[in-house]
Amino acid sequence: MIKRNILPGFGLTMGFVIFYISIIVMIPLIIFIIKAFNISWLKFFTTVTSPRLIASYKLSFGISLLAALNNGIFGMVLAWVLTRYRFPGKKIIDALVDLPFAMPTAVAGIALTTLYAPNGWFGRLLEPLGIKVAFTPFGIWVALSFIGLPFVVRTLQPILQEFDPEVEEAAASLGANRRQTFQRVILPMLRSGWLTGFALALARGLGEYGSVVFISGNLPFRTEITSFLIVSKLEQYDYDGATAIAVVMLTVSFILLLGINYLQWRCRKYQ
Amino acid sequence: MNWKNALGLLLIALIVIGGTNCLAAKTQRINLLNVSYDPTREFYQEFNVAFVKYWKEKTGINVTIRQSHGGSGAQARSVIDGLEADVVTLALAYDIDAISSRSGLIVKGWQKKLSHNSAPYFSTIVFLVRKGNPKSIKDWNDLTKPRVSVITPNPKTSGGARWNYLAAWCYALKQYGNSETKAREFVTALFKNVPVLDSGARGSTMTFVQKGIGDVLIAWENEAFLAINQLGKDKFEIVVPSWSIMAEPPVAIVDKVVDKHGTRKVAEAYLKHLYSEEGQTIAAKHYYRPRMESVARKFAYQFPKVNLFTIDNVFGGWQKSQKIHFDDGGIFDQIYNPGNY
Amino acid sequence: MADWFKGSSAESKIRQEPPAVRVGLILIALIYTGLFLVIPLVIVFSEALAKGIGNYMAAITNPETLAAIRLTILTVAIVLPLNLAFGLAAAWAIAKFNFPGKNLLVTLIDLPFTISPVVVGLIYVTVFGLQGLLGPWLAAHNLKIIFAVPGIVLVTIFVTFPLVARELIPLMQVTGVEEEEAAIVLGASGWQTFRMVTLPNIKWGILYGIILCCTRAMGEFGAVSVVSGHIRGLTDTMPLQIEILYNEYNFTAAFAVASLLALTALITLAVKTFMERKIRRKLELAVGVESERK
Repeated sequence: MIKRNILPGFGLTMGFVIFYISIIVMIPLIIFIIKAFNISWLKFFTTVTSPRLIASYKLSFGISLLAALNNGIFGMVLAWVLTRYRFPGKKIIDALVDLPFAMPTAVAGIALTTLYAPNGWFGRLLEPLGIKVAFTPFGIWVALSFIGLPFVVRTLQPILQEFDPEVEEAAASLGANRRQTFQRVILPMLRSGWLTGFALALARGLGEYGSVVFISGNLPFRTEITSFLIVSKLEQYDYDGATAIAVVMLTVSFILLLGINYLQWRCRKYQ
Repeated sequence: MNWKNALGLLLIALIVIGGTNCLAAKTQRINLLNVSYDPTREFYQEFNVAFVKYWKEKTGINVTIRQSHGGSGAQARSVIDGLEADVVTLALAYDIDAISSRSGLIVKGWQKKLSHNSAPYFSTIVFLVRKGNPKSIKDWNDLTKPRVSVITPNPKTSGGARWNYLAAWCYALKQYGNSETKAREFVTALFKNVPVLDSGARGSTMTFVQKGIGDVLIAWENEAFLAINQLGKDKFEIVVPSWSIMAEPPVAIVDKVVDKHGTRKVAEAYLKHLYSEEGQTIAAKHYYRPRMESVARKFAYQFPKVNLFTIDNVFGGWQKSQKIHFDDGGIFDQIYNPGNY
Repeated sequence: MADWFKGSSAESKIRQEPPAVRVGLILIALIYTGLFLVIPLVIVFSEALAKGIGNYMAAITNPETLAAIRLTILTVAIVLPLNLAFGLAAAWAIAKFNFPGKNLLVTLIDLPFTISPVVVGLIYVTVFGLQGLLGPWLAAHNLKIIFAVPGIVLVTIFVTFPLVARELIPLMQVTGVEEEEAAIVLGASGWQTFRMVTLPNIKWGILYGIILCCTRAMGEFGAVSVVSGHIRGLTDTMPLQIEILYNEYNFTAAFAVASLLALTALITLAVKTFMERKIRRKLELAVGVESERK
């Protein structure tokens, strides 16, 4: 620790970082949480454990998990393909991966609904097969898959790029076939990055609002997501109820983040 | 080091554009902010032009009117949380009551200040069906039939949708001799036919018109007319039920804000002008039913006669009906309880 | 960069999968991106141009839309330099030094990624709103935060500040501290060291961070929607203007503005790709000269 002290600027940069984070995140967050403590425990518990809310937790969590999983799997394929292979259109796809980041969530919601509504391009094809996408949980899954796509790709890409080719060559020269090399050598090195991307996609999905409201249909107990219920509480001027749900969501965000950082820390330790 | 130059240029360009933006905002006149709900955009766009002209002629003062639109409840919340509206023109009295009771920005008793419960125009709830009315929907009881798919927004998040719900309730009360139980069964059956609850009224219109979902859209009369005009005269038609509710979107001055801005006079004139012949005519042109007899007669061809309930007579006002029907655990929530579903 | 060159050399054949697997994986990637990225994008552009290019131009030169574009650019112009400074400072402090609570700091930087935009809006309204803690004081001093440009800027910063930092931290961690330490030992000042040693190593990270930050800042909808107040021509940003146009049944105009956002993202990303390629060619040239010399 002391060895690194020759470099200047720690006080300055650290000061700025702490100042910035305090203004933007910490102070508003602390004020918000203090305000949340004004809510009586009874009100808090009855709000956050009401059956309607519990149904929305299940829906939000279940579908976010599903979307994060398929984004995890296909995101890994994408990251692999983008770093290892050459094929036409590669640069375009690489650039497109960031699209869900840039597109306003409302636009994404409108575009996806247009696509999957019974008279949309896809909806028209799926309707005769008896598959309904828009205004069902399936639609929420489509929206969250779109929103969460960049995370796993973008966390794995740098790792794959920095990957030391000698490691794989060593494994091969020791007689491992390609599959074994992948399973035993490559996969373990990707694990922490993958988990980080997965958890970020999951967290993003849990909080998503703009794109989902358009495509979900908002039916109580069936397609109501948790953030929609916050808005619904606010609409009744039930600020306390909205704050209570927000506190639950914030807590889940924190736990997920701490989990991510624990994973990264552990992986760094064992490398 | 090309990338550095590029970066520098980009930053300079951004700052210059930003700077001109600030300067443009500096030129000040009398400003009036009207915070309104979604379906009044087209109406106020035209009305504001007329009022600016009227005020200039009367006083010689140029006034700039700014509009803000959104869901009625969300707009009311913005005013409560500090959006400095000089006047509010919302979908239901409940939302203006909320501003009054939660922030004190509007003096109590605001609804008595202007005639007709401070609602210069009114509307009612009608049905929009597909051309030729293939499911032959004539009245509210057709909406509860099996295999009829009904589109209406979510009453929890849309003020307009609460009118829809209450209109159905009124009809059932009337039909079944004021039996609350029957009314509840009726509304429950109706909402079982609803496949999508959009968060706002315009969202529902999109679902019905653009996405082609549902056989009937429950909508405000003015919204139904607008949808037909904007999106397809030959694709939809309006069905007027035997009984409906008188939907009164009220207007009010935000007392504390106009006193701070010194705009009380112009704000009051603005709202009064809504009751003038010019204001009433513009309202009628945008399919709001006018209050003024002469204007009403002129536009009688476009507004079919309909028997109207008022919310005060049937439900005893917004506070009560909100509590019984729409608050958490209210009747609307009970409809969707898994046991009932 | 190194394995790009190895990609064509003979020894890395070991690192290649059988052709069938390769083609299969590429196909899967293409289908997945096609389904989830390309087609929504195509929808946006096809709806935007549905009524011809004339309508498209009219839609994006409408005064209110122009005001929204100006406001969005203003917001980005304020947010970007601040976030850039933050990203550099955070990366420097975190990558080059060890200190207690570092993990917590990194967690805090990640926080905006995981908080629902609805909650972000709620938090800012709770703090700065008239019924909030600071609201009455602000109103008494005639300071407007929410329902005005400062509020929009603040929530945009909240949503975007991790982007530059997250790009730079791993990059700076990988490059380590040796080079900087050497520069300092040789008598360079801190600022010189940063400019001559650190900056060249991270410039691509900076560029990519800026691009992400720009596009994300322009596109933020949920949180901004809560604090904007939706005053037409004054506090509507591009995403909010899109919603307004859509709600006015003006679909072509709504998608036209949306296509502008998508276009900006695509152009900035294309610029990034182009510049990367230019640098790579320079490197290739240098490597070629070197190998000839041998």
